[in-house]
Amino acid sequence: MSNKTILLYAEVTKENYLHTVLFELANKAHELAKSLDNATIAALLITKPGMLNEFKEAFENNGFDKVYIAEHEKFSNYSTELYSKAALDIIKEIQPEIILIGATTQGRDLAPRISSSLHTGLTADCIELEINEKGMLAATRPTFGGKLMATILCKNKPQMATVRPKVFKPLNEILKKNTEYILKTPDLSNLKTNVELIKFTKNLTSCINELDSAEIIVAGGKGMKNEEGFRLLKEFANTIGAAVGASRGAVDMGLAAHEMQIGQTGKTVTPKLYIACGISGAIQHIVGMDGSDKVIAINSDKNAPIFENSDYGIVGDAFEILPQLTKMLIK
Amino acid sequence: MKILVCIKQVPDTADIKWTENNTIQREGVESVINPFDIYAIETALEIKKSCENVEITALSMGPLQAEEILRKAIAVGCDNGVLVSDKKFAGADTYSTGKTIAAAIKTFCPDFDLIICGQFATDGDTAQTGPTIANNLDIPQVTYVKQINSCENNSITLERETEEGTETLKVHFPALICVLQNDKEPQRPRINGIIKAQKAEIQTLTLNDIGLSSDEVGIKGSPTYVSKAFRPENKREKCVIINTCDELFEKLCQCGVKINE
Repeated sequence: MSNKTILLYAEVTKENYLHTVLFELANKAHELAKSLDNATIAALLITKPGMLNEFKEAFENNGFDKVYIAEHEKFSNYSTELYSKAALDIIKEIQPEIILIGATTQGRDLAPRISSSLHTGLTADCIELEINEKGMLAATRPTFGGKLMATILCKNKPQMATVRPKVFKPLNEILKKNTEYILKTPDLSNLKTNVELIKFTKNLTSCINELDSAEIIVAGGKGMKNEEGFRLLKEFANTIGAAVGASRGAVDMGLAAHEMQIGQTGKTVTPKLYIACGISGAIQHIVGMDGSDKVIAINSDKNAPIFENSDYGIVGDAFEILPQLTKMLIK
Repeated sequence: MKILVCIKQVPDTADIKWTENNTIQREGVESVINPFDIYAIETALEIKKSCENVEITALSMGPLQAEEILRKAIAVGCDNGVLVSDKKFAGADTYSTGKTIAAAIKTFCPDFDLIICGQFATDGDTAQTGPTIANNLDIPQVTYVKQINSCENNSITLERETEEGTETLKVHFPALICVLQNDKEPQRPRINGIIKAQKAEIQTLTLNDIGLSSDEVGIKGSPTYVSKAFRPENKREKCVIINTCDELFEKLCQCGVKINE
């Protein structure tokens, strides 16, 4: 083990489990550590007291060498100010080489506070991470509206990156380690928070989880034109037991809710089958669904880029094709 | 109440195409106001409607042409426009951009109450500049803001959307919020707004005005840099084009779609 550390942010969800993006980051971190003199893999856990025992097995099975824990009653709910203070105290002490954070709403809120305070860079939404020949973190992300891939280096330390859930795969076997737990008691006495949580309303219709676990997704884009188009799409999706997603274009037109959005500023999905209806296939969308096993595209424009990213395509009007398919499937 | 709205001029990403030489075709690409920032302006206008004595200043960092979007912001109801522009700011990453904008705000409007940004910009898509501005000003931030519930003299109550649900938060000023898009129709400029926008004097702040050194801004002040840029590769085999619905139905079945009996 070298004295270099790769630190991963362990997000605790409202339901009190570890966000699974941690295990995806852990798998990648093990890969990076090999090119970094077997760097230490550490997690940073900010939580209310009493949670650690619940998580120990997960840390140990995912090969964490160390876990730094900041515990406090005030950490029951996420707070930008309190969490960034706790994170910074620990990071300044251990001086990691690399920090990886899941690009969840919490991670995206927290990461820039940390990088800005540490006077270092932060590369958002990376889809590939490597250690280059100079031992630097080479972080690749879609940019320029997703039409260009850029590999970004950082001249300061720590080198920081965020990665969306589902971009990397978790370990496919248990990598048992004797994890060392280091408890830190943060000093929050001088810190007054200016943001109060008044209430939290849990999502009732959890279409987010539906998209995460769906084996089949039917997604609509601008080409679905209107509410009628999305009605046909939903009818088809219901018939085959698929979850419904949307492109940013469709969300911008008000045809679908933001949480249904798939793509660079929405969700990343990895179903067995992805059926893209009336989606032109801008790279921003492709990066969110390219991990699907099979892709079928329905689009009236034979030159739509979606066809370049599909296994099967049909050039035609989804308004005619979807009801026909629904009919064929029901009989 | 003083509200600052940070807006950005971005290339219309739908317009960007690849040339045959594998470079991005930038010529002829139209510049637009970042779509999320339209909602940042809308949010400020909504607050102005419900509270008294609200002054809205639109701020943009960018080349001189970005003046255009500031005038558009005034045309729909913002009171002033400030452009943060200097050749030395070019090539700034989010760390440096956030620092520069924060320094500009400290210079021309240190007594602001609320800063509103769009959650993302469509060109960089990082969602990092807003929080970086807040950090440099040492004020709290709330990201993923879906709607404003109410606004008082020194605080605002709003809803933040997360993967798991909706948080209702009370935020005391000064603070920064990053807003999501919503389904409300944005304001269209009115005639008197357009006239006001044409006449408005846009204040321009350069490096000399904001108290940073040239090493702290632009490409020099940016910890990150692009080492290479390339066209995304396509990992799929060539798409098989299907001609009939029957054939498509067959493919669906092959891909595991079950007939609903």
